[in-house]
Amino acid sequence: MAGGNGTDTQRAVEQFLYRQSEILDGRRWDDWLMLFTEDGKYWMPAHEEQETGEGLPNIFYEDNYLMDMRIRRIEHPYAHSQKPKNQMSHVVSNVIIEEEDDNSVIARSKFVVVEYRNDDQRYFAGKYCHHLIKADDGFRIKLQRVDIVNAEGPFEYVLQFWL
Amino acid sequence: MPYDQNLSMDQLVQSDRVHKACYADDDIFEQELENIFYKSWIYMGHESQVPNPGDYWTTWIGKQRMILSRGDDGQVHVLYNRCPHRGALLCNAQHGNAGKAFRCPYHAWQFHMDGSVRQIPMKQGYDGTADVLQDAEFAMKKAERYDTYRGFVFASLSEDGPDLLTWLGQGAKAAFDDICNRSPEGEVEVVPNCFRIIQKSNWKIFLENQLDALHPSITHHSTGDAAAEMQKVYKERTGEDAPMGYQMLADFTLPFEKWDSISTYGYEYGHTVLGGYMGLRPRDPVTLDHEAGLAEAYGAERMEEILSTNVHHVLVYPCLSVQPPLQQLRAVRPLAADKTMTEIWHFRLKGAPEGIYERSLAYYYHVNSPSTMVNADDLQNFYSCHEGLRQAGGGDWVSFHRNAGQDITEGGVTTSVTGMSEQPMRNMFAAWKKYMSGGN
Repeated sequence: MAGGNGTDTQRAVEQFLYRQSEILDGRRWDDWLMLFTEDGKYWMPAHEEQETGEGLPNIFYEDNYLMDMRIRRIEHPYAHSQKPKNQMSHVVSNVIIEEEDDNSVIARSKFVVVEYRNDDQRYFAGKYCHHLIKADDGFRIKLQRVDIVNAEGPFEYVLQFWL
Repeated sequence: MPYDQNLSMDQLVQSDRVHKACYADDDIFEQELENIFYKSWIYMGHESQVPNPGDYWTTWIGKQRMILSRGDDGQVHVLYNRCPHRGALLCNAQHGNAGKAFRCPYHAWQFHMDGSVRQIPMKQGYDGTADVLQDAEFAMKKAERYDTYRGFVFASLSEDGPDLLTWLGQGAKAAFDDICNRSPEGEVEVVPNCFRIIQKSNWKIFLENQLDALHPSITHHSTGDAAAEMQKVYKERTGEDAPMGYQMLADFTLPFEKWDSISTYGYEYGHTVLGGYMGLRPRDPVTLDHEAGLAEAYGAERMEEILSTNVHHVLVYPCLSVQPPLQQLRAVRPLAADKTMTEIWHFRLKGAPEGIYERSLAYYYHVNSPSTMVNADDLQNFYSCHEGLRQAGGGDWVSFHRNAGQDITEGGVTTSVTGMSEQPMRNMFAAWKKYMSGGN
């Protein structure tokens, strides 16, 4: 568990973000849900200026239940847009610890994602802001904010799950 | 695509089947732009997108880039997005406020929000050459016609043809009446967010899917099942019913018999309607509050009349799909034979409870956002259909035989014997044929 030492937190958060990427790339859905606190949320705003996801249109704004539903659809035998499955590769970098106290950490980072699907590659890039809660066995995500650079652009096809 | 060029229009579009070239051929696509998109009325946006003088949104009519603007005089205008000097786009951003003028970034020609010339730098250079301040040739060109119905703005690039109200007719007009009447003030206001999704398929495939009552329980089987499962999980864990968004998705797996009982209606100019199937009047406090507000504004009888109007999709052919009870719409922008963009908006009912907006927002999120679990599977089907149709071999026809010959036309309205009838597709293609043969 990360303590008050800045370097320890930096390294612990980086490891956490790398592992989250691996979980997503590996479609390890049970592990994915375990990353979040019970009231945790994954949020991709429709506009960078947004200060909240509540009551506004968003690209993603999902609690545990909505994420669980998305997973059940993806794994459903008749989810035909998952045939073939999309493959993803995440790279996370530029990790900056913004705030830390005894219970929580706010960390900003950058990501690049390549997705392969239907003989086609797509690229996504943007920034993460993780509000992490310290737990006995590591971190839990209270809020993951994801701002993609093309949030307001036309989407070639849609996003079947999280970036 | 290679196909027999000697096929007549009557051979391409038959009463129960259509040649695949109508979807996949590039020349036919260009003819569609000329004969349909540049002749009919095309949805440009809602007046509330441009509330203040200087406000603008850019959009498309076929391959033409257009601007919806609000002038100093409060009037809404539709202009071609093109500087009359050297042709540069005057608005590069999707939307914004231009202040007093559209200013060309190339040579600083300036135009009022109605397109008229405001200023041209060093204009003495035109002495004896052209009257750049007065001659209409040097003003931004307005759409040949534009008009609004209940705040919804349409433009036509043809000087001739029916006026907007005649063209909308009772079928399409009802979409805008229905959405506005649900507000106790009789008006809607756009939520200033436009999701844009590109479909790798012909525009008609999208419109046909909107009216296809057979596809939901098949295409959206996975999402419907997942939502129904989560409704149970949610109830078990919280003791409460899951939010309405889950039911919206679970409804996709209604049995075939239910879908077959839904009515479809076809109108002149290809407009079509699919009846509603969602239970949007639960006895919850939000709905009751909404009903009370409407009853106060219009009386109980009229409130009942307004809310018992239950349609799921109204297609304003060829450019728009409206869902009045869910307060949203998708505008169809054909970019190429195999590429279509939808611009997706949702609305607030002025004066209605916030909970009614939240319902609309839930549908906007689940069905229409870039993370939609619903259109994820639709778009896959559209791509897949187009990919099949663009191939030279493997057959030439798209079949619309379901319940063919059983359509009933009375008083300008065509209905069918079943919800799953391919009557709406046949109706749209009847209009397509008329447009493509030079009619308007």
